[in-house]
Amino acid sequence: MSEIVSGLLALAGALLMLIAAIGLLRMPDFYTRMQAAAKAGTLGILLIVAATGITLGSVSALLHALLASLFFLLTTPVAAHLLGRAAYLSGIRPWVLHDDLAGRYHPSTHELSGEPSAAPPEPDVSQ
Amino acid sequence: MNLFLLNVLLAIVWTMAVGRFTFQQLSLGFLLGFLVIVVIEPLWGKQAYTPRVWRTLRFTGFFLWEMFLSNLQIAYDVLTHRLYARPQIIAVPLDTRTAAEITLLANFLTLTPGTLSLDVSTDRQTLYVHAMYVKDRERFIDEVKRGLEARLLEVLR
Repeated sequence: MSEIVSGLLALAGALLMLIAAIGLLRMPDFYTRMQAAAKAGTLGILLIVAATGITLGSVSALLHALLASLFFLLTTPVAAHLLGRAAYLSGIRPWVLHDDLAGRYHPSTHELSGEPSAAPPEPDVSQ
Repeated sequence: MNLFLLNVLLAIVWTMAVGRFTFQQLSLGFLLGFLVIVVIEPLWGKQAYTPRVWRTLRFTGFFLWEMFLSNLQIAYDVLTHRLYARPQIIAVPLDTRTAAEITLLANFLTLTPGTLSLDVSTDRQTLYVHAMYVKDRERFIDEVKRGLEARLLEVLR
């Protein structure tokens, strides 16, 4: 029984990783690619870790699996966030309909200002 | 958090009473201790340990479900021929204040459907989110604030 469950989990996880990889190829720009990789990759690895824990079956293996999942849940989004920020600061333009970030970074200090007014202004209208 | 310590203490007492210090007995003791605390909590007045545990469990369930949905959505968009994504970068005003709250909110946002947190403004008032499937900006902001943020603050505060 536990073999079937862990096999299905591992298979689903591998499938999700494959989807993440295809997403990296197919998405139109850096940020959408990050979305595909960050989401499908995280759940994929969680499922595989769960499958490993169930296969090994001992309490300590299950605890390790739980701990590993927790670390993945905490670290992957942070990595995605830092990559996205670094990409934006190094000038990779996002393929978007509307960009609230445009013009909000201080050019030299990279300080980010919050919303200046209730209605988000179109960038560079005044200049 | 006092009652949490009491719960741990009750779990340890249980393992001593049973005489076997194993993980199974410790978990069982924790569960029994929790039931005891559910019963006696009103005696302490306005403690909020058990409601907080329920809210945490509900939040975990909600979050896992959202993560599942987000994966389905991404998988569908990646595997089908047409691209449904209409990405935008949206500024979401924050009610969360401390660094831990903002970090958790940004993490959960990254893992839930179609959103990726990019950066927080220096004054911690605004979170910039890259969102892929947004039709109505106001409704999206409203959903984030009332869905994820409100639930998260319920658990943390």
